[in-house]
Amino acid sequence: MMYRLIAPVIGLFFALSVLAAFVSGAYNAITEPAQPTAEKLFHRAPKELKLQSDGWAGTFDRPQVQRGYQIYKEVCKACHSLKYVAFRDLEELGYTPDQVKAEAASWQVPGIDPNTGEANMRPGLPTDYFPSPFANDTAARAANNNAVPPDLSLMAKARHEGPAYIYSLMTGFASQDGYKNDKGQELLKLFPDAKTPQGLHFNPYFANLNLAMPPPLANGTVTFADGSPNDLDSEAKDVAAFLVWTAEPNLEKRHQTGWWFILFLFFATGLGYCAYRNVWADKKH
Amino acid sequence: MSFPWANHYNPTNPLMKWMDEKLPLPRLVYNAIGAGYPVPRNLNYFWNFGVLAGFCLVLQIVTGVVLAMHYAPNSTVAFASTEHIMRDVNWGWMLRYAHANGASAFFAVIYVHIFRGFFYGSYKAPREMVWLLGVVIFLLMMATGFMGYVLPWGQMSFWGAKVITGLFGAIPVVGEGLQHWLLGGFAPDDAALNRFFSLHFLLPFVIAGVVILHIWALHIPGSSNPTGVEVKSESDTVPFHPYYTAKDGWGLGVFLIIYCTVVFFMPNQFGHPDNYIPANPLSTPAHIVPEWYFWPFYAILRAFTFDIFFIPAKLMGVMAMFGAILVWFFLPWLDNSPVRSGKYRPMFKWFFGALIVDMAVLFYCGGAPAEEPYVMISQIATAYYFLHFLVLLPLIAAMERPKPLPFSITEAVLGADDAAKLAAKS
Repeated sequence: MMYRLIAPVIGLFFALSVLAAFVSGAYNAITEPAQPTAEKLFHRAPKELKLQSDGWAGTFDRPQVQRGYQIYKEVCKACHSLKYVAFRDLEELGYTPDQVKAEAASWQVPGIDPNTGEANMRPGLPTDYFPSPFANDTAARAANNNAVPPDLSLMAKARHEGPAYIYSLMTGFASQDGYKNDKGQELLKLFPDAKTPQGLHFNPYFANLNLAMPPPLANGTVTFADGSPNDLDSEAKDVAAFLVWTAEPNLEKRHQTGWWFILFLFFATGLGYCAYRNVWADKKH
Repeated sequence: MSFPWANHYNPTNPLMKWMDEKLPLPRLVYNAIGAGYPVPRNLNYFWNFGVLAGFCLVLQIVTGVVLAMHYAPNSTVAFASTEHIMRDVNWGWMLRYAHANGASAFFAVIYVHIFRGFFYGSYKAPREMVWLLGVVIFLLMMATGFMGYVLPWGQMSFWGAKVITGLFGAIPVVGEGLQHWLLGGFAPDDAALNRFFSLHFLLPFVIAGVVILHIWALHIPGSSNPTGVEVKSESDTVPFHPYYTAKDGWGLGVFLIIYCTVVFFMPNQFGHPDNYIPANPLSTPAHIVPEWYFWPFYAILRAFTFDIFFIPAKLMGVMAMFGAILVWFFLPWLDNSPVRSGKYRPMFKWFFGALIVDMAVLFYCGGAPAEEPYVMISQIATAYYFLHFLVLLPLIAAMERPKPLPFSITEAVLGADDAAKLAAKS
């Protein structure tokens, strides 16, 4: 019988404690309303981006992913590693084994001299992974204004709305002077202290508005052999498409397998339903 | 146990006869989930979720054992070995997505199973032990799920482990020592990752053991049913096989369609992007959030922001979070209404609805950043949560006038039950 008494006491103890917390929180919220921060008012959600890999039947637009790879090779790789991707993986992009061999050989990867045992650099093999541009994080920091350029292999999955985020970041660099958000508020008028520090670059798609990376792409940064458009917008889309592939190389296989699973399951479930109706036909329930 | 009219196992095949004499395992299965187990005829689709939960456990063990063959529980290579599974192991991506989303599916199914129990009074006598073992399974699942999320050693893995083990640090006097002992160090690292892997492999088999006890305890009184009226005569029941094997079979098909849709077409929907960033002890994520199935309890943890006398707010939060689940252990004695099913309890029904809304609010706030107004909303919702279980349920039971119950399951289904009435008179 004791529990009849103890239970409500415990219940009221927790309820009143948390309500006390509510009252103190509400008091604080009224007396010292939370001040909006520059990040809150001026950070932008990613722009809309449509890729062929979107949706339930998405596939890779191979020419586009190849263009993205070219951009990685000519621009991104100066600072960013791609360490979970191997040269052999490039075959999935439509390159022949010989092309992959030649491509791998055009990269220098860390090796060991077979005669002396000393560390050296050698041409890559298809089995090698993409080499990192820096020996370690300390070297990366030293070369990049104290920021480590992140590995790009998983970038498309490691940010909210990853592909759209990559596209927006590439195209989102802006001048901070006179910058206004959609409500017409001017950043530097509201937050004079939010001026982008020396060595950083203003970009409203980046979480804290300022990032160490300078704008990597501009109109005509790369030239494509097939004459595809190389304006900033197209380049940014191509990079996003490439990074979708590096993050999820099995995407096409996953979609295809998924359809077979769903198709089979609809069939099996249909049969299961018929069996169920049949078994229960004489039983009201 | 069984009802007197249960079918008897009667092997005709000589091999099965021989087997039955030496090791009556087929007999056990026949009586547990075969034609020898009479089950109320009126179970609705909410009763499918027990079988679905059992399926999820098997799925997690099978995919998990294969994943363990390729995974390396070492903090320097754990993240890379996960990517190795995703990229180079044959069908590794499918195994990992099936396992990660299998955890979500398992919890989704278990939550329906638990709330089925809340509504239909499945925890009431004579099924208290079934309920208690169920809560034990839920606690084991939470521990297993939490440790599994640590294994890929991404940012959320690391910081989740840090926050959750940090909760033990709130315990007075021994807290800090206990936290270091659990982690095998001052912060999550190799020692913690290795023991989490070991326990993550062990606990599912412990769960399987408790599931056997759970089913055993269930078979003593037999399954409950939506009317909450106990079985009275043969016309109230049907044999589990083929009736419920058929119903569970097609239910499983529907479940698998939804599950496979997630695995193949939105496999990262229930994960956090930050867990695709390798763990970095020097960089704290902007918002540390656990997996979705912990959100209601995470909201309760964070709702306590105010010291109560000598009890620090953090300790209050930890006690409340664990208390929120431990209170389920006392449910059979807190709700002492003699009527089991919420269907016949007009007042309880409303408060059950309020609890669902309350859990949904806590769920939302638990996934939101720890800012206003979410903290204030979760404080109100937390207060209701404790009032519901510890104050309102006993009060409702005392005050409510339940609706008249059907005489028997047969009467509820067919409108009349002559046989049962006669039997009752004699």
